[in-house]
Amino acid sequence: MEHLQVLLVVVPLLAAPVCALLPGRRLPWLFAMVVAWVVFAMAVALALQVRASGVLSYALGGWAAPWGIEYRLDAANALVQLMVAAIAAVVLPYAGRSVAREIDPARQGGFYSALLLLIAGLLGITATGDAFNVFVFLEISSLSSYTLIAMGRDRRALTAAFRYLIMGTIGATFYLIGVGLLYAMTGTLNMADLAERLPAVADTRTVHTAVAFIVVGLCLKIALFPLHLWLPNAYAYAPSAVTALIAATSTKVAVYVLIRFVYTVLGADFAFGELSLAAVLIGLAVLGMLTASAVAVTQPDAKRMLAYSSVAQVGYMVLGLSLASVAGLTATLLHMMNHAVMKGALFMALGCVAYRLGGTAVADLRGLGRSMPWTMAAFVAGGLSLIGVPLTVGFISKWYLVLAALEQGRWILVAAIVASSLLAVAYIWRIVEAAYFQGPGRADVKEAPWSLLVPTWLLVLANFWLGIDTRATVGLATQAAQALLGAAP
Amino acid sequence: MSAADALLLCLLVPLLGGAGIVAARSRPNLRESVTLITAASLLGSVLAVLAGYLHGDVPTVVLAEPVPGLPISLRPEPLGLLFALLASVLWLVTSVYSIGYMRAKRESHQTRYYLCFAIALLGAMGVAFASNLLTLFVFYEVLTLSTYPLVAHAGTPEAVRGARTYLGILLATSIGLFLPAIVWTYSIAGTLEFTPGGLLEGRLGDAEAALLLGMFVLGVGKAAVMPVHRWLPAAMVAPTPVSALLHAVAVVKAGVFTITKVVIYIFGLDFLAGVPAERLLVYLAGFTVIAASVVALRQDNLKRLLAYSTIGQLSYVVIAAMVLTPLAEIGAAIHIVAHGLAKITLFFTAGAIYVASGKTRVSELDGIGRRMPWTMAAFAVGALSMVGVPPTAGFVSKWYIIAGSFQNDLYFVLMVLIVSTGLNAAYFLPVIHRAFFRTETVAPKYDHGEAPWPMVAALVLTASLTVAFFVFNGPVVDLEKSIVGK
Amino acid sequence: MLNLGLYNYWMVITLMMIGLYTVISRGHLVKKLVGLNIFQAAVFLLYISMGFVRDAAPPILTPGVEQYSNPLPHVLILTAIVVGVATTALGLALVVRIRETYGTVEEDELHQLDNDF
Repeated sequence: MEHLQVLLVVVPLLAAPVCALLPGRRLPWLFAMVVAWVVFAMAVALALQVRASGVLSYALGGWAAPWGIEYRLDAANALVQLMVAAIAAVVLPYAGRSVAREIDPARQGGFYSALLLLIAGLLGITATGDAFNVFVFLEISSLSSYTLIAMGRDRRALTAAFRYLIMGTIGATFYLIGVGLLYAMTGTLNMADLAERLPAVADTRTVHTAVAFIVVGLCLKIALFPLHLWLPNAYAYAPSAVTALIAATSTKVAVYVLIRFVYTVLGADFAFGELSLAAVLIGLAVLGMLTASAVAVTQPDAKRMLAYSSVAQVGYMVLGLSLASVAGLTATLLHMMNHAVMKGALFMALGCVAYRLGGTAVADLRGLGRSMPWTMAAFVAGGLSLIGVPLTVGFISKWYLVLAALEQGRWILVAAIVASSLLAVAYIWRIVEAAYFQGPGRADVKEAPWSLLVPTWLLVLANFWLGIDTRATVGLATQAAQALLGAAP
Repeated sequence: MSAADALLLCLLVPLLGGAGIVAARSRPNLRESVTLITAASLLGSVLAVLAGYLHGDVPTVVLAEPVPGLPISLRPEPLGLLFALLASVLWLVTSVYSIGYMRAKRESHQTRYYLCFAIALLGAMGVAFASNLLTLFVFYEVLTLSTYPLVAHAGTPEAVRGARTYLGILLATSIGLFLPAIVWTYSIAGTLEFTPGGLLEGRLGDAEAALLLGMFVLGVGKAAVMPVHRWLPAAMVAPTPVSALLHAVAVVKAGVFTITKVVIYIFGLDFLAGVPAERLLVYLAGFTVIAASVVALRQDNLKRLLAYSTIGQLSYVVIAAMVLTPLAEIGAAIHIVAHGLAKITLFFTAGAIYVASGKTRVSELDGIGRRMPWTMAAFAVGALSMVGVPPTAGFVSKWYIIAGSFQNDLYFVLMVLIVSTGLNAAYFLPVIHRAFFRTETVAPKYDHGEAPWPMVAALVLTASLTVAFFVFNGPVVDLEKSIVGK
Repeated sequence: MLNLGLYNYWMVITLMMIGLYTVISRGHLVKKLVGLNIFQAAVFLLYISMGFVRDAAPPILTPGVEQYSNPLPHVLILTAIVVGVATTALGLALVVRIRETYGTVEEDELHQLDNDF
């Protein structure tokens, strides 16, 4: 299966227009679900191959790198691919009933088509080893996200999608400018080749500018404070399944691009030594962690609250990667996977609530602990993970992050991490109190249907499983971190 | 059954018991029987572990390894055995008491109540038998989270608010101070295993050691050292059996137990003896003892009075641990038992009074000794133990703590003990006086005698144990001598 | 240093700033999209003008020509133009839907309508 690397991207890409042509309501969903599972199987196979043989390289169309486009898979992007594919495989079964209720039946085919394009785009970003190719897939995934978000029930989904479109396009275009400038200086777009050629021209203003553009562009996609303004509305008003998918994947994939760029293309010494990127990124990450968590506490709508929480969590990831150590990078990669599992479960649980209640305002959640016990239990479990209670994935991420910060003697960062965890307690506990301790159960509300609960609980159990048996996740993350920092590609 | 199996059972039994309680939720008598059987089985398991330990069988049971090199594992050790034994015996007694209480008050959410008790005991067992700090932390948090629904049980706005304070302070201290302290210890020492003689000798400067110790003492919020003590009075909104077992025994003792273990097995007595700034923590604990007793003087609500008394008594254990002499460490261990027995008696009586007469305030208790002689006699025993008068358990532990402070010439500690003994007498003895030697001024709502018999049986039992411990403390002392390597 | 010989870069920067300014300062959604387009066009010009080789022929295979300008930027920009077209199309579709749902396409009015919601 030597074409597996490219098939991973091509399959969903080709499946998308087919899906748009499928008639009826259930057929597009079933088709998309099968494609997602096939893609997941491929991602697992690729990850195992990488584990065994190290870096995998594939030349598109037989044109050899660095002139042709190369698809390059090492531990870092295998990990991210696996995460995206796994989340997609879990969210698609969930999407069936959730989407059927939230979206006009005539549009189901288009919806699933856009969903497959999103998955193709995200996988493409992770699969490729060419800087411009990243831009192309970045835009593919972004455009499909704009479409998906705009399909939300609330009319504010439209303005949210529009705002996301404007900001996202500016971000992607910044990235494009940066890549163009780098191309002007080195003559290549292949990331491995760039890494070799950059040191010779690294001290020029052009390269510095290019790096600035790329980093700012990516930070917009990552939703790093203060470039996060598109995120709360986009997550809050999108359809539930869409929020679950993009919250768990899009920003993480953008973080991956940043990691790839900083560590592989630029090299840690240059990026953190000469350019002092660390100071800027750490500062913004800490600000993001603290302010976003603080704002989350005040939100009257549960989905919006979790959206702000995601901004804070992204801050954790950027913090880890700015520490420029194996421990820090391991923490970030680990948190990328763990957060996907946590937030996926949380948003799916909220989606179950929205399915029955039509909305997710905290005031409406009163007494839901009695009426929808499984749903709220899933939410509590995800919430405990977010807080960082031991035996959950959230604790493992926090452990590694605090350890990485302590290794470098950075007590202020430890304090910041701890402070935002405590704020997480505050905003999660509002929901727990409302659901369990504020009022009798609502007789008119039933538990969510099986097809919504099972995928949700799958992720919840993964939360605990991966928090206890961490060999797979920690192993992959450490391998990836060492590869990124140790050897050049 | 091997000792390793017994150790595993100590965790499995409450877990399965919890499942059984949920399964039996629609048949109260069956459900309560499940609780009683579970508690009895747990006691059996702990005794089996103890028996194995006394025969030299000290197994290590590894449950999982979430962080490579840092397993979640259990191993019996004298302090832990003491704590586990205390908690399991008293769970059995409290379950009997709970049945009386919950049925007399016709409380709602009883399944949730008994279930959370089982999980809380699971947490206590995990804390008791943890072989390293990570395991202890895991079960410490289990204890916090499982007791939250118990504190918020009544569902009233005050209960929810009190529970919020409870959870807020406990999680803030554990995530904010305890966890960073653990990670710091790990990054210095490379391991978190409890090691006789301590891990940190020679790896840490004096100032840093004092800071780390301070982080532990304040981070273990369950020990209620001031200023992180406010959760304890706030938790008094819980039903009385909860206050009795958890906030006189399981939760609070888990706190001081943790501090004692950290002092002995992470820092090491010899290492800490060479850290002058450690004295600051002794002063903090001493301040807590005195301040808590002063506040207790002014409390009219009986449970709040007992709460502040508990805060003071917990800091006795902290002081004893910080004195760093062998006799004082033994005193700390003994006091965990002595205070546990006496305080649970006192809380039981408070609950009995509430159930029988609806009264919650000391000022209402005039003459109640005539109506409830057994209850108030037990109260007197518990109060005398708090003051430290023979023949009660409190006397034994005070003896060891005083002897320990003499060993180190720590006259500050001596002074604190004397002053606080006086203060304890000042707020406990008047209650006894009121109950027996005054005539009833506040007429009760209805004519009443003693509380329902399960409750009275429980409190008489624990009062008897308090006295019995005065006589039969030899084996316990011998067991605890090994923690200081004698 | 003011090297006016590299006038292509000056044009690019000017267009970029015009585009960004339009996006930020104009409240009308269609005007924002226009600004976005100008911004993107500036980037296209950056790439293409970068590929120009002095005294070289356009990159179309012609017999007898030795020097060609760099064809790669042209290829890249073709892709980017397509992306730009898709983005504009999507943006305009959103504007149409917004107009249908809200009745206006001015950002401050939308903001008000959303807050009153």
